[in-house]
Amino acid sequence: MMDTLETKRKFRQVGTRPIRPDGIDKVKGRALYGADVTAPGMLVGRILRSPHAHAEIVAIDTSAAEALSGVKAVVTGRDLVAQKDDFFRDIQENCLATTKALYDGHAVAAVAAVDASTARAALKLIKVTYKQLPHVTDVDAAMTPGAPIVQGGRALETVPKGMSANVTNQVEFGHGNLDAGFKQADLVVSRSFTTAAAHQGYIEPHACLAQMNADGKADLWCCTQGHYFVRTTCALLLGMEASQLRVTASEIGGGFGGKTVVFIEPVALALSRKAGRPVKIVMTRDEVFKATGPTVVTSMDVRIGMKKDGRITAGEAILRYSGGAFPTGTVEMGASAAFAAYDLAAVHTLGWNVLTNRPKEAAYRAPGAPQAIYAVESVIDELCQKLNLDPLDTRLKNAARKGTLSSYGPTFDDIGLVATLEAAKKHPHYKAPLGKNQGRGLSAGFWFNFGGNTSVSMTINTDGTVSVAEGNPDIGGSRASISLMAAEELGIPYDKVRTIIADTASLGYNENTDGSRVTFAVGMATIHAARAAIAKMCARAAAIWGIDPEAVEWVDGAAVPAGPNAGKFPPMTLAEIAAVANNTGGPIAGHEEFTADGAGVSFGVHLCDVEVDPETGYTTVLRYTVFQDAGKAVHPAYVEGQMQGGAVQGIGWALNEEYIYGADGRLQNAGFLDYRVPVASDLPNIDTVILEIPNPGHPYGVRGVGETPIVPPLAALSNAVSHAIGLRMSSLPMSPPRILAALSHKG
Amino acid sequence: MQYAKPTTAAEAARLLSAASGVTRVLAGGTDVLVQLKAGMVEPDLIVDIKHIPGIRTLQAEAGGFRIGAAVSGAELGEHAALCAAWPGVTEGAQLIGSKQVQGRCSMVGNLCNASPAGDAVPGLVAANATVRVEGPNGTRDVAVHAIPASPGKTTLQKGEIITSIFLPARAPRSSDAYLRFIPRSEMDIAVASAGVNLTLDAAGTITAARVALGAVAPTVLLVDACAKAIIGTKLDATALAALEKAASAACKPIDDKRGTIEFRTKVAGVLARRAAVIAYGRAGGKL
Amino acid sequence: MKTIQVATTINGDAVEFVCAPDEPLLDVLRNRLGLTGAKEGCGTGDCGACTVTLDGRMVCSCLVLGVEVEGAKITTIEGMATGNQLHPLQQAFLDHAALQCGICTPGILVAAKTLLDRNPNPTDTELRYWLAGNLCRCTGYDKIIAAVQDAAQKMRTA
Ligand SMILES: Cc1cc2nc3c(=O)[nH]c(=O)nc-3n(C[C@H](O)[C@H](O)[C@H](O)COP(=O)(O)OP(=O)(O)OC[C@H]3O[C@@H](n4cnc5c(N)ncnc54)[C@H](O)[C@@H]3O)c2cc1C
Ligand code: FES
Ligand code: FES
Repeated sequence: MMDTLETKRKFRQVGTRPIRPDGIDKVKGRALYGADVTAPGMLVGRILRSPHAHAEIVAIDTSAAEALSGVKAVVTGRDLVAQKDDFFRDIQENCLATTKALYDGHAVAAVAAVDASTARAALKLIKVTYKQLPHVTDVDAAMTPGAPIVQGGRALETVPKGMSANVTNQVEFGHGNLDAGFKQADLVVSRSFTTAAAHQGYIEPHACLAQMNADGKADLWCCTQGHYFVRTTCALLLGMEASQLRVTASEIGGGFGGKTVVFIEPVALALSRKAGRPVKIVMTRDEVFKATGPTVVTSMDVRIGMKKDGRITAGEAILRYSGGAFPTGTVEMGASAAFAAYDLAAVHTLGWNVLTNRPKEAAYRAPGAPQAIYAVESVIDELCQKLNLDPLDTRLKNAARKGTLSSYGPTFDDIGLVATLEAAKKHPHYKAPLGKNQGRGLSAGFWFNFGGNTSVSMTINTDGTVSVAEGNPDIGGSRASISLMAAEELGIPYDKVRTIIADTASLGYNENTDGSRVTFAVGMATIHAARAAIAKMCARAAAIWGIDPEAVEWVDGAAVPAGPNAGKFPPMTLAEIAAVANNTGGPIAGHEEFTADGAGVSFGVHLCDVEVDPETGYTTVLRYTVFQDAGKAVHPAYVEGQMQGGAVQGIGWALNEEYIYGADGRLQNAGFLDYRVPVASDLPNIDTVILEIPNPGHPYGVRGVGETPIVPPLAALSNAVSHAIGLRMSSLPMSPPRILAALSHKG
Repeated sequence: MQYAKPTTAAEAARLLSAASGVTRVLAGGTDVLVQLKAGMVEPDLIVDIKHIPGIRTLQAEAGGFRIGAAVSGAELGEHAALCAAWPGVTEGAQLIGSKQVQGRCSMVGNLCNASPAGDAVPGLVAANATVRVEGPNGTRDVAVHAIPASPGKTTLQKGEIITSIFLPARAPRSSDAYLRFIPRSEMDIAVASAGVNLTLDAAGTITAARVALGAVAPTVLLVDACAKAIIGTKLDATALAALEKAASAACKPIDDKRGTIEFRTKVAGVLARRAAVIAYGRAGGKL
Repeated sequence: MKTIQVATTINGDAVEFVCAPDEPLLDVLRNRLGLTGAKEGCGTGDCGACTVTLDGRMVCSCLVLGVEVEGAKITTIEGMATGNQLHPLQQAFLDHAALQCGICTPGILVAAKTLLDRNPNPTDTELRYWLAGNLCRCTGYDKIIAAVQDAAQKMRTA
């Protein structure tokens, strides 16, 4: 279902910056996250993980662990229901391997014991007989003939015969005549790029508390971006009916896509079922790094042709992505997004997903897009440099706009790229002087955004307040935005509304908090629910007044007679109608269950200044400005927060963050000391400029904003560093050893 | 596991020498607790030394300073006289970890953890500091440089603990500096580091120098060739180039997740040069 | 493992607990005393989510043994507000949207308060270095810096 924009609407609350409803609990340390709850008789669950990158599991002997005093349950892969469907079987195998350990850290067994030290001791008593197999962690190596095969028989029909069995799918997008396009070009640049796998780096490790009773009923508390998906998956893996499993989402300490998947929850349920007691599992930080879902690792080739005037004549990208040991579809998003910012006559993208002995990739803000766009935006920058063109003007010249046939198929409606580029061009940052060893980089970025299945319920309480129940975990202030939209639509003050996240038994299905969908889709559902409640309130007023319901309209939070013919009655406010609701027909509520369509794409442009120490390769980020189209910023402070947070994650990825595997295929930096996320002193202020080009598919014009901000930083930083050192960088992260090596080879 | 908090050094030594299993001395715990968490060590006995008198105090002695073994980085940084006399030593100690880690970490813990990358160590070696060791066989004073044996290992004998560090009196026109390279601005382990300690004559000529390099060999390096390169000079460009070259030449680093051999070798030279310039300026020299 | 009895003061209240000799203070606070405001992001001193003060110094409670705090004075995030009266830092974090997920917030608030108690007028750079041991993955730190500076300014003029 798609909505249309109310172009004339004057907002009273949307666009303000009230305090979030969950704020006080969070600043007082009272909010309950995944690991913060306990249950009487609770056991501690811990997971045994493969120390090998690739190994056959010949046998697992759990008898000694089971015999240890204080151990109440031990489970292995056999305790989960074998799934037939590929998608769920991969999740099942990832939660507890049955026949093969596919990466360092792959779960193979678990225990529940009376305390943590007993659980730790029990893990040591589980005897797993492994037969080590050759492994591969490099994406290019995994594509070569003769590479160790991670999983055979997983290729989709799209993959041409003769490719390595590690290649699981092939995707292609584009239009126009590439050869003709390149012939028209005055300059063609082609370059190869690599990017390392990065981790979302949420500060809260995965945690859950499971309680499964003998009668098959179960309750699960967990930090997740989507408790409905958790319910679906756990019910399948445990062989239960969805109605018997109630999942409650805790407060969530960051996710960024990494908590849209299930790792420990089915294991905790299986342990609880066996032990007959509640089981809590909390991952350690090194488990988070080793065995959750980092990004893909990539290797890419990009070729772009340009006229002397800056017009792009043709663009081509070849992407090799590895999402780890299980097939993933992220390369499709990379191949779709690569050239999405440009209006091109000839464009072609080709992508493969390749299996490697790494943990299965999970989403991370705009999955797949940052890498491909990094490569494309780097080549555009190089072309501008070589043709002596202004990089912003050149992007403006080629920018996609309303009516552009996008590189991935659809034709764009109203989009904000041109406005965003123009805002960047006008900004003082763009013309600010630079010093020695300094460089400025810029990049455009794009993300599709998503709507999806959504349910919201709204109750009008008799005291004139409103309760909203939604089903999407709030990772960055979305309850405030939902309350704002409810208040806006109902015409009551923000503080009369309280929005909560309901459990899986209380609402219809809600897709994950992902795809930048919550403010867009849940917001739309909330507006619809409010309209349903308003219709009921108008009907109540009509009944009280003895006029037709159609003769009543809702203005500024009150029912009023529509026009002079309807009769003369003083307005009845929401509170007045609510106060008599129980005597005029019963409780008043509104709800919406729908599939939200019409999520508008979102573009961003980032400008970045760096200084590089030529003797050490150390990069200092001096200045950073984010420009982004938000459609309509419902709560601008949290929109800015998304822009700033995403930018800084991108900065970390560009400069220092990477998964480092040793020759033994084991992860060498499974901790925050060596997986280097940016710290406060690494950064300048992150300036933000919000543009509002309304999304025609949302009543208030809202676009998702959460993912786009991580897309541009990779190229913005790479372009800035390349200018600062006078050398084109083509590999991320640009850690000091890499920069220094590049400089010394330049001589 | 047992936890003990002896109130004399002799008692600590007794407990440690009598223990049959794995033991750990606990000062600030910022290495010990990390190792416990990772399951790297499972000690049978932990001896918390923080209740030994004098172990947490810092006082003037013989024109220099005696620093109790468990004095934290934050406490060092708040001691104005110490920071003025030994800015290189104290900046090394204060680079360790975060402000939270600073609330607990000790220089002696840094030394005894015996990581080649310990930030307190090059400064102490350049300073020619000594430590006082107490053990079953009594008390001895040992040069800091003699403590690390190999990564993770010290030359201390079973039952021995360090109770204090001694920084000697300063000749006039002396100062020091410490620099490390990390990929972020904070919260990282040194990829390469250099401590330089200098004395000048009235004319600004270097009369004594000690240069120590960290994270470029299994243990901290005291590089005579670096000292030679600058003694007798006013740290002119030729001397600085010679210093840099000597420092790089002394490196015997490894390739690992934190840096390459090539990178460490080059950057150690750069840091030695830069630290020398800072120390020279602090000692009153004009470049 | 035999537990040990410990007497200490937490947020001004005398508290006694028992813990295993190898049990970090963070686990004691969270699992034995119900003070779950301090969070475990890493357990190894890298993230600062578990920050508390110990005899006036800020420390990672994951790097302190429970048995070490005998006779000590500890403050945690739970002791920051006075009843329903938020500390100016807490209020500023709300006003400036300085938290997104909020998991880092307790540790950052404790750290920021420790700084302002010593230095009521820090520069942005001092503040950023002081907070370098507190990872925040959501905000990019920008609004955290703004919130602390706003609170500092209000506390100076209060
Ligand atoms: C987040 C984080 C960041 C860090 N960053 C850095 C950094 O930037 N640079 C750096 O160099 N280090 C760093 N470290 C490591 C650590 O903080 C330092 O090595 C610190 O100086 C150790 O001191 P401590 O008092 O905490 O030692 P402890 O952990 O108490 O002890 C360390 C070792 O020394 C032994 N020991 C301690 N005192 C004595 C004694 N008196 N006699 C004999 N043996 C003794 C212990 O048994 C143990 O083996 C970091 C650690 C963490 C957790
Ligand atoms: S949990 Fe203590 S610093 Fe991360
Ligand atoms: S607000 Fe989420 S980590 Fe800081």
